[in-house]
Amino acid sequence: MDDGLSQQPRYFLPRQSFQSLIDQLTLQGFGCVGPVVRDAAIVFDQLRSVSELPQGTRDRQEPGYYRLENSESPRWFSWANGPQALKPYLFPSREVLWEGSVDEDGSLSFKERITEPQPLAVLGVRACDLAALAIHDAHFLNGPSPDAHYARRREQLFLVAVHCSHPASTCFCVSTGDGPAPTCGYDMALAELDEGFIIDAGSERGKRILDQLPLVEVSAEQLDQAGRELDAAQKAQTRELPDGPLNRILFQNLDHPRWDDVAERCLACGNCTSVCPTCFCASENDVPSLDGLTSEHSREWSSCFTEGHSFISGQAIRPDIRTRYRQWLTHKLGSWIDQYGRSGCVGCGRCIAWCPVGIDLTEEVGAICKDASHD
Amino acid sequence: MDTSPPGIKPRLAVHKFASCDGCQLTFLNMGETLLQLADMVELVHFAEAGPVAPDADVDIAFIEGSVTTEHDLERIRQIRSHSGFIVAFGACATAGGIQALRNFADAAEWVSAVYASPEYIDSLATSTPMSDHITVDLEIWGCPPNRDQVLGAIRAWLYGTLPAQSQDKVCMECKRQQAVCVLVARGMPCMGPVTQTGCGALCPSFGRGCYSCYGPAEALNTDSLCGWFEGLGLLPADITRQFRHVSNSAPQFRDAAANIIATDAGHGH
Ligand code: SF4
Ligand code: SF4
Ligand code: SF4
Ligand code: SF4
Repeated sequence: MDDGLSQQPRYFLPRQSFQSLIDQLTLQGFGCVGPVVRDAAIVFDQLRSVSELPQGTRDRQEPGYYRLENSESPRWFSWANGPQALKPYLFPSREVLWEGSVDEDGSLSFKERITEPQPLAVLGVRACDLAALAIHDAHFLNGPSPDAHYARRREQLFLVAVHCSHPASTCFCVSTGDGPAPTCGYDMALAELDEGFIIDAGSERGKRILDQLPLVEVSAEQLDQAGRELDAAQKAQTRELPDGPLNRILFQNLDHPRWDDVAERCLACGNCTSVCPTCFCASENDVPSLDGLTSEHSREWSSCFTEGHSFISGQAIRPDIRTRYRQWLTHKLGSWIDQYGRSGCVGCGRCIAWCPVGIDLTEEVGAICKDASHD
Repeated sequence: MDTSPPGIKPRLAVHKFASCDGCQLTFLNMGETLLQLADMVELVHFAEAGPVAPDADVDIAFIEGSVTTEHDLERIRQIRSHSGFIVAFGACATAGGIQALRNFADAAEWVSAVYASPEYIDSLATSTPMSDHITVDLEIWGCPPNRDQVLGAIRAWLYGTLPAQSQDKVCMECKRQQAVCVLVARGMPCMGPVTQTGCGALCPSFGRGCYSCYGPAEALNTDSLCGWFEGLGLLPADITRQFRHVSNSAPQFRDAAANIIATDAGHGH
């Protein structure tokens, strides 16, 4: 039986040796990023020392609610997730893509603004984050014109995944099939126990780093313990997406009264799409200098909840909150399947917790599917 | 829009009405860029920076402040008649400013309570935006608007176009800045979901709720936000105060506050 744990050889990294992982990565030229507590949430930030990790910190998440709590636990990863995933590192919220200028002779020239990113290692990536990354890879890299900006950052990325032992009430990755154990797409994966980490490499690069660490043998008891925790993490999840072909169901119920109902609550604020690790919409703008001789073309995160997202020929074709919420849900859970071969939801629950008025997409889609007719 | 003959620089004026001068500082704080601007346009009237010629003909005029006296009314009509393109900039010029709180009170009573010699005060009972009195060609919201908005407006005007302005919510920028939502993570009331961006989500970045300096965003749902505030334990008076801040007299916020008061009165008695 597949216990959800990797089939790679597994070792044990005692807690007191964990700093060696950060040190090794730094030595190999990676900038290290990991979970830290900032402004009442767990966010990714620069990581130099294990002392910066959120020891014993737990997160309590409900629709529209996120709070941190402290415990006596020695663990550093006994929380589910914070507002960010990997998205801001690969697809920054704002970046200049190219610039144009008027040359001396009056002709125009254009220059791509490509920067050489520093290799980046992210510690504490979850299974849902990896699933979202695979979706972004499909979107940004596998199309007819790969995004050079994304590609450069992607090449430099080293991923240290962590098994989820403490999902939040908002998590439903079991239902989407994306967690709670990372199964592929990482360089190294950790399952945390009180006394340290069961560790395995998922890539050649990961293996090279692994070889430098003061590893010991992993005991059968430790493997059992990790397996039990994973099992409990799966069973703890209560939310789920409905079964069935959601692309068909949603598009055959575009006039369902639930859209009006949710429109009364939704603020069209775009928080859900911003925290969603798979949303990729951006707007592009040109900012000319005051003298009008140069101009920067930049892109920034946008959302189907904005007016600009559907602004065509002088008007917004989705002028109200009802049609905007419907766009989000029908794209995320519906037409995404036709575009990328899977749903755009990896079950991280971020859009539920970080919605300022606690709208829960599992509840909304559940209500539509409950009495929905479809063929 | 630039109709000046070649070699002649467009003429620009900055006028002040009832305000704190903060919007004009947006110009003064531009530093070297202000010198560059002064090369490109002729600063005809800008009392705070030096030149004074309030009645001169100009191609573009920036108006700071709200209309609070009879004299203001005369002045703005006068300015309209000798200005080509008028930009109302800042919360006072676009919505009446913080001083528009008087619109919800007995202005005469306030005057007698505040001033030692109220007989010297000759002001209107209301504080109103420029668009209530004249045709405004462009509004730039914010308290104060930022330099990029002001420069963007001038640049666009020189090109003969309008600047790209976003009416997206502060939340969009808040997330771009990777600020942690104070409403969700701290249960703090925040006006970001009904306020338009422009400030760079300054307050949430410093762990405070948004004060709505940039006025109402598009596609508003003030009812839902009020309902959520109530769930956080805010009393109707507290929720009303959220809307009666810098942009209190913007129609959508004025109505939202009135709604809460009416609903509360309906429940209370
Ligand atoms: S739709 Fe919501 S739960 Fe699904 S991946 Fe996006 S943020 Fe996570
Ligand atoms: S259309 Fe909406 S749901 Fe789809 S990727 Fe864009 S922001 Fe996300
Ligand atoms: S569902 Fe929630 S987070 Fe998304 S736009 Fe509506 S109110 Fe904002
Ligand atoms: S802190 Fe305020 S502006 Fe920022 S996301 Fe939350 S509600 Fe929106």
